[in-house]
Order: sequence, then structure tokens, then C-alpha cells
Amino acid sequence: MVNALLNLAAEEQPDPVMPHLSEVILGLVAFLLLLFVISKFVAPRFEKLYAERTAKIEGGIEKAEQAQAEAEQALQQYKAQLAEARAESARIRDDARAEAEQIKEELRAQAQAESARIVAQGTAQLEAQRAQIVAELRADLGRHAVELASRVVGESLEDETRRRGTVDRFLSELDAVSAPAKN
Amino acid sequence: MGRLLAEGDKFAPPGVKDFFLPPIFGGVTKPMVLVVLSIIIVATFFLITTRNMKVVPSKWQFAAESVYDFSRNNITREQIGSKEFRPFVPLILTLFTFVLVNNLFGIIPIIQFPTMAKIGFPLALAILVVYPLHHYVGIRKFGLGGYFKNQLFPPGVPKLVYVLLTPIELFLKFFMDPLMLAVRVFAAMLAGHLILLVFTLGGEYLLLQAPVVLKPVSLVAWAFAIAMTFLEAFIQVLQAYIFALLAASFIGRALAEEH
Repeated sequence: MVNALLNLAAEEQPDPVMPHLSEVILGLVAFLLLLFVISKFVAPRFEKLYAERTAKIEGGIEKAEQAQAEAEQALQQYKAQLAEARAESARIRDDARAEAEQIKEELRAQAQAESARIVAQGTAQLEAQRAQIVAELRADLGRHAVELASRVVGESLEDETRRRGTVDRFLSELDAVSAPAKN
Repeated sequence: MGRLLAEGDKFAPPGVKDFFLPPIFGGVTKPMVLVVLSIIIVATFFLITTRNMKVVPSKWQFAAESVYDFSRNNITREQIGSKEFRPFVPLILTLFTFVLVNNLFGIIPIIQFPTMAKIGFPLALAILVVYPLHHYVGIRKFGLGGYFKNQLFPPGVPKLVYVLLTPIELFLKFFMDPLMLAVRVFAAMLAGHLILLVFTLGGEYLLLQAPVVLKPVSLVAWAFAIAMTFLEAFIQVLQAYIFALLAASFIGRALAEEH
């Protein structure tokens, strides 16, 4: 075929383009043997490794994304909690203030009631004492007046009714005099 | 490599005959041993480095992963498309590493023979593996008629042009492509190795056989041999890449809806 080309080179030399059958067969067998080994053992290992690596990288990315999402979520949660805590504290402060106000109000009312009660009690006590004093004075006064009158007159008055009327009138006058001074 | 070069004072340039070494024993030749060695190297490398794989790779696992990743994503997925590339990853990886190691044998000390410079090996890969496979997957996907219509009658062309285009497509896709796939790497390896031989053996000849005045020139020749070795290393990797890339592109072309 093409061997005329290289035949010019040398006369006695063997023809390099004519294949030796033994070499063709050996080449083919050797190649197929190698192909068998590579496709049976080598290539699957590589493909398996590639798949593993892809899975690992994808898994890594996925994991990172997940972690990021989780962090984001945690941040949101913290923010929400913080806001809630702030609101809570404000509410507690308001409550405390209101409660303090209320307590103050209550205490004031209580104090006022107490003072009123004390004043009333004092008034009543005074009233009672006054009444007692008046009663005592009245008795004393009657006695003293009679004694005084009997001393002045020097004798016991005969007319009972007249004497009583005189004394009563005198006492009433006394009352009338003292009444405006009471208030 | 124990090669006797010159007869007397005359420099015998290295040639194609240097690629036909005598058998080591029986019918077994050096390239045959190297092919077997190459599959042992590749298989061992991958089996050991992938034995206990971690999500966070170790140094060796990282190296193996780089090779696999390159074959899988840069070659196979690019050419076949991310929908259907998966079943072809082992094939392309095997093609790439197999051709790569066999090419690199050309510059590894002691071994120093690019196996792919023997056309039998690339031919086996191109004609017996890639060629039937890419037609098979195409036919499996579109059916026999659909596949040939896809391949031979590209859409968007005036009807009359098919008279010219279809025979060309037929010739290219069903005859030239697989042959060129094999010849490309074979020729690059053969030529590259020949260049190395010329500079190395030429330098040796200059040092040993040439007149005293010319002896220092051998250093130049060897410097060139070293420079060419670097170039060869690059070409060997590149050819392995191209081989795998084209194989993937044939499969991608067979599976494409339309192009």
C-alpha cells in the first residue's frame, strides 16, 4: 500500500509499515487485558471516590447553610426574647409604680382614717369628761348653793317648792351661760 | 545498547533496521516484552494508588487522580459530551496511559525503545479496537441506516454536493481515519527515535572514528541528542494525548445527533 514511500530509504532494510501479525495480536491482547483491569477495578474506584467527594462537598455546603440558618434563627429568638424581656421589665416597672401609688394612697387614707378616729375618740372622751365634770359640778354646785343660801339666810327655807324653783332657775341660768362657751 | 555501529571507518547511518531487533528468545522480541511491561506498569500503578482512596488524596492518589481526571474530563467528556461519556472513560484512560507509557519507553534509559514505533501495536489499537467500537456504538444508537445517513450525508448541504461529499466522507471516516490514527503515532515515534539514534550514534562515531580535529564536534551532536530527547519527551506525551483525543472524538462523532 503505502510502503513504496519508505522503500526509497533503504534497499536491504525491512519494511517498517508492514505489521507483524504477532505484534498486532499481542498488542490487542495486552490492551484488552489492561482495559479489563482498568474498567473493572480502577475506574469504578475513581467514580466512587468522585461521588463520595461530591456528596461530602455538597453535604458540607448543606451543613454550613443549615448552621447559618440555625444561627439566624437563634439570633431572631434572642432578639425576640430581649424585646420581650424589655417589655416585661417596663411592664413590671409600671406595675411597681402603680402599686406604689396605690400603697401610698392606701396609707394616706388609712392615716386619715386613723387621725379622724383619734380625733373622734378624743372628742368623745372630752365630751364624756365634760359631762362628768358638769354632773359633778352640778351636784357640788347644788350642795354649795344650798349650803351658801342656808348660810346666807341663816335658816332653812320653809317653802319647799319655792326653794326648789329658785335653785332650778339658778342652775338653768348657769347652763345658759356655759352653753355658748362649750363650742 | 550494545549496538555495533561502524564497519571500519565508514559511518553507517542508523535506519529502519534498528527497529527490527533480533528476538530475545524464541519469537519474543524486545517490543513484545515492553508491551507486556507497559501493561504491568500501568495496571500496577493504578491498582496500588487506588487501593485505599481518600476524599482528601495522598500524593500518589493525587497523581493517579490527575491522570484519570485528565482522561475523563479533558478528553472523554470534551469529545463525547457530558451525557454519554461515562462508559468510555475506562477505554480512553487505557488508550492514553497505554500509548503514553509505550511512547515514554523511547527515552527511558536501558529500555530506550518506543513500542509504538512498531506499527503492529498502534494498528491493533486503531483498527481492532477504536474503529469497530465507534462504528458499533453509532449503529447501536441510530440503527444501521440512521448511522450511515448521519455519517455520510451531513445536513445543511445542497443535494448536488452529496455526489462529491459522500464518497469523501466514506473514504475519510471508514478508511483513512483509523489508518491515520495508527500511522500518526507510529510515524512520530519512528522518526523521533531515528533522530535520537542519528545524533547519538553520529556523536559516538565522531568521537571514536573521526580525525582529532572533528572529535569535539561529537559534543555538539550529543548536546543535540539531549535537546532532541526533551523534544521527544514532549512529542511522546503529545502523541499519546492525540491518540486518546482522536479516539474519543471518533466516538463522539459517531454518537453526535448531527454535525
